[in-house]
Order: sequence, then structure tokens, then C-alpha cells
Amino acid sequence: MNWQLLPQFAITGFLNGGPIALIALGIVLIFKSSEIFNFSQGQMLLIGTLSTWWFWAEEGLGLPLWAAIILGLTVSAILGLLIERLTLRPMTGQPLLSIILMTLALSQFLQGMAILTFGTTQRNFPAIFEVTSPYKISLPFFTYNNNPMMLILKQNLVWSFGVAMLCVILLWAFFQYTRTGLSMRATAEDHETAQSVGIRINHIFGISWALAGIIGTVGGILIATASGLDLSLPIVVLAAFPAVLLGGLESIPGAVIGSLLIGLTQGLVALPNNDFILGAEAAQVIRSSSEIIPYIILLIVLVIRPDGLFGQKRIERI
Amino acid sequence: MIFPLTPTLLSSFSPLALSSSSLPMLKINNIEVIYSDVILVLRGISLSVEQGQVVSLLGANGAGKSTTLKAISGLLLREDGAVTRGNIEFDGQRLDRMAPEEVTRLGIVQVLEGRRLFQHLTTEENLLTGALIRSDRAGIKQSLEQVYEYFPALPALRNKTAGYLSGGEQQMVAIGRALMAKPRLMLLDEPSLGLAPLLVRDIFDIIHRINKESGVSIMVVEQNANVALRAADYAYVMENGRIVLDGTAAQLADNADIKEFYLGLTAVGERKSYRNVKHYKRRKRWLG
Repeated sequence: MNWQLLPQFAITGFLNGGPIALIALGIVLIFKSSEIFNFSQGQMLLIGTLSTWWFWAEEGLGLPLWAAIILGLTVSAILGLLIERLTLRPMTGQPLLSIILMTLALSQFLQGMAILTFGTTQRNFPAIFEVTSPYKISLPFFTYNNNPMMLILKQNLVWSFGVAMLCVILLWAFFQYTRTGLSMRATAEDHETAQSVGIRINHIFGISWALAGIIGTVGGILIATASGLDLSLPIVVLAAFPAVLLGGLESIPGAVIGSLLIGLTQGLVALPNNDFILGAEAAQVIRSSSEIIPYIILLIVLVIRPDGLFGQKRIERI
Repeated sequence: MIFPLTPTLLSSFSPLALSSSSLPMLKINNIEVIYSDVILVLRGISLSVEQGQVVSLLGANGAGKSTTLKAISGLLLREDGAVTRGNIEFDGQRLDRMAPEEVTRLGIVQVLEGRRLFQHLTTEENLLTGALIRSDRAGIKQSLEQVYEYFPALPALRNKTAGYLSGGEQQMVAIGRALMAKPRLMLLDEPSLGLAPLLVRDIFDIIHRINKESGVSIMVVEQNANVALRAADYAYVMENGRIVLDGTAAQLADNADIKEFYLGLTAVGERKSYRNVKHYKRRKRWLG
């Protein structure tokens, strides 16, 4: 095994988990407030990110990047509100499964809308962070041929992670210290009681969808700025779904930690020449399976802890 | 053409009648409630609560007491129930068909059966959710201090997760949360449920104090007639979805049937052992 590359790949993978965490958080937000698992999260962020691109691009409005991002986030918030108002509220009272299938249908609908309005070409998403000079950090304990080992991290990787974590902290503060945050936490616990203290739970659902749209799109923009933008962007939710389940569907810290773990494992799996036990051929198979590995880990974790790593325990007291 | 002036019309036009304290703030007129379109639960209930009154609603399991409260608070709608006949008026505003959160915003706050705190929020956060419908910061702070004054056990628990409080403490938080909304009418659904007798007494003493000091009207549903009658001004007895008896608390506490069936006393006033009563006799009901 090429162990000298271990820290490099581990940290790269871990940092990659940042934007995934934002997307996972969007799913958790909606699930917490209304018990709906939102399968259309990926397409919501696709539309948000594509609109951001359109506001910025020469073919579009050609606005400065910061304005384009603000407008793009506004579009995704409105999209979230519209979805809640037009498709989910009329379904109140229907079995949850029908509503969840509705989000699955929505994902296809939104994907189709994206193709119709933006076309299928690959877009150049503007670079938000410095692309050239990557950060070089020398590692203290690792040496390679008696030279100190260097960790090379792309600037946008580090800054994306920073932005993602900043969003997580802002979101946490919003929940902890604002009245709307308190209403949302109360609604997440018990709809009937929330209504009985006068919380308009329909508004809360709308806010959750809008917020999920916004933070999902922030994640989408961070990913697009690193690896370009096309219609395959929604595939990132394939990493976010297991992250959400791993952390325990209702837990915000769980979603963040789950995403970082998923990022980390994907990084480790991609490690070249890890043929130390199974031989070169098996190593090749493992390396190209970075999309499946999260699900294998998810399976193992769910067998041991069915509520996920940080799933909320029901407090029973009589 | 001359419109006949009925007594009700007259009284609603007279300023004297409007200012009179005996005008009920909550009036239930002959309501019928049906669950899932088939199960008839309330068969014509009429009752009223006046400003500043404590009204008790007594009755056995399944008599329709909780349903009556839910019809007022609008929570009926959540359980596929509907008021199919009659109406509910609060200060002249129709409540039947109104969503529960809007009823709360009018000043009617229900303390649900079984306390129903937000389990993962802290005690203080639970109390603050009660004030989410208000926006006067100073007033909310004042209410919080007032709740802590009514329930001196709570300040020490303010940062504790509500789900881990004891039953009595949870009931205090539930009542405190309702008070935080600065309600005009509080609906309490079996506040004695699952509490030790001494605690039940404390809770009812505080309910009495809250009523006297802040003038909020209270409607309380109870199976425990003993404590409920002590705190109430007026009481209704329900059975099988109907009101079978009503009167001031003193009148009801004096009623021979109430004494025998709810308070466990004989006509002479001494406690009697139910071992001596034949089984079928105990099953007496007001309605066959």
C-alpha cells in the first residue's frame, strides 16, 4: 500500500464532505419538520445552481458573481416555497408514502425542466476561490525518504469546506437563538402541540423547504465551482442520502458528521495502489467503487444502530 | 314592516347588556360532534364560560369531555372530527371550523391531556414556545418571571431537557407554557392524570391562584371530581356525549348522586366502602 499518500487522500476526502453536508442538511431540515424524505433535493439544487450560472454568464444576465449568487439563492428559496405550496400542501393528510413518491416524481419533473430551460451543455461555472497556488503544508510526523511529507490542498477545497462549515454554524445559531428557529424545533417535535401553542405549521413547512433549497444550492455552487456544472450535478445526492441515514435522519450534527465520514471513506477508497491484502486486481475494483462504498458502510451501521449514529432517542416517561 | 324585537336582539343592542359581567365569553350552542363521518361522540352539548370563571367538566372515561375541549380548540380537525350541528362562539366569533393555531391566537390556549411537552427542548424553551404568538419582548420576560413565581420548582430546571422531568414538573411546565401566551381562556385536559394526590392538590391550588390573580377564565376537564369541584365556580357533568347535570360547584358537591358516584360519600356524608355496594347498583347512570 502506498501509505505515504494516506493523509493526503484522507484529508481531501474529508474536506470534500463539506458541501455534501450542506445538501444532507437540506434533506434533514425537511424531514425534521414534516417527516417527508425529499428525493428532489438534488434537482432543487441543480436549478438553483443553474440559475446562479445564468445570472452570471455572458449568455444570461452577465451580473457580477456576488449578485448572481444572491439571486440564485433567492430563486432556490422561491422554488422551495412553491414546491411546498403547490404540491405538498394539497396532499396534507395523505399517507406519507404518497407524499414521498411525489417528491420522487418532482425530481424527474425538475430535471426535465432544467433540460428544457438550460439545455444539456456543460457550463463553465466561475471560479470563486483562487485556483492556482494550492496550500502546501508539511506534515510533522510523516516522512518520505527522510524528507518531510507535504500535504497539497487546493485552495477551493479548503475554502469550500470553510464556507460549508460556516453555513452549518449559521444554521445552528438560527435554530438556537431565533424565534422562527424555536418554532421550527417545536414543530419538528410534535405537530399537534405546536399548533396548540399557536404555531402556523404550514408556514414552518414552507420555511423549511425554502431553507433546504438555499443551503442545498450553496452546496451545489461549491461543487460546481470546483468541478464544473452540467445536468449530472444532482448525482451528488447519492453521497448525501447515505450521509443523512448514517447520521440519523433527524439529527443536524449527525448529517454533518455523516457527510464528513462519507467524504473520508470515498477519499480512502480512491487511494492508489492499495493492493496490500487482496492484490492489484481487487484494489482496482475497490478504487472504482467509491460510489458504492458509502452504501456498504451505511448497511453495516444500520444493522448495528437502526436509528443511525445520532438518531434521536424517543424519550418515554410515564 | 316592523321587525319583531326579540329579547336576544334587544340584549345585543343594549350597551348595559354588553358591559354586564354575566355575558359569557365562551358559548357552546347545542353542538354535535362526529368522528370520521360515522362515530357520534357529542349529542348536543350546550355550555358557557363567563369572564373570570373556573368551569369544571366532569364525567367518566369516554363521556366526551376531551372531545368538547378539542371542539373548542380546533384540534378536532386534526383527528378527523367535525362539529356537524350547533356552533361555538368566543366573544361573538365562530370557532367551529377554525384551525387550532388561529384559535390559540384569539386567546384560547389548551393544555393537552398527558402534558405533551416538546421533549427535546429545555424547560425554558418549552415555556418560550408558549409566547411565540406574542411579540412584546418586555411582556414575555415578565410572563416568564411570573410563571417562575407560580412554580418555584421550575427556575432550577430551566436548562434541563423537558422529556426527563418528572410527571408533576412536566404538568407545571405545560400549564406555565399556556400562561406564557397570556390567554383569556385556558382549557385544561385532566391535569391530575398520573400525578400523586398531593401534587394534584398543589396543581389545583395553583390553578385557583392563577384564576384569582390574573383573571384568566379556566375550563378544566376532570375525572377527579373531588379536586375539580373544590377549585371550580360552576360545573357540568357529562355522560355518553350529553350533559346530564350542571350547577354551581357548591350545588353539585351537595348533590346526592354526585356524592355517591363521584365523591364516594353516603347521604349522611361519611365515606362508604364500595365493597358493600352491589355491582349492578354501582353501574347506575343518568341516561339508560
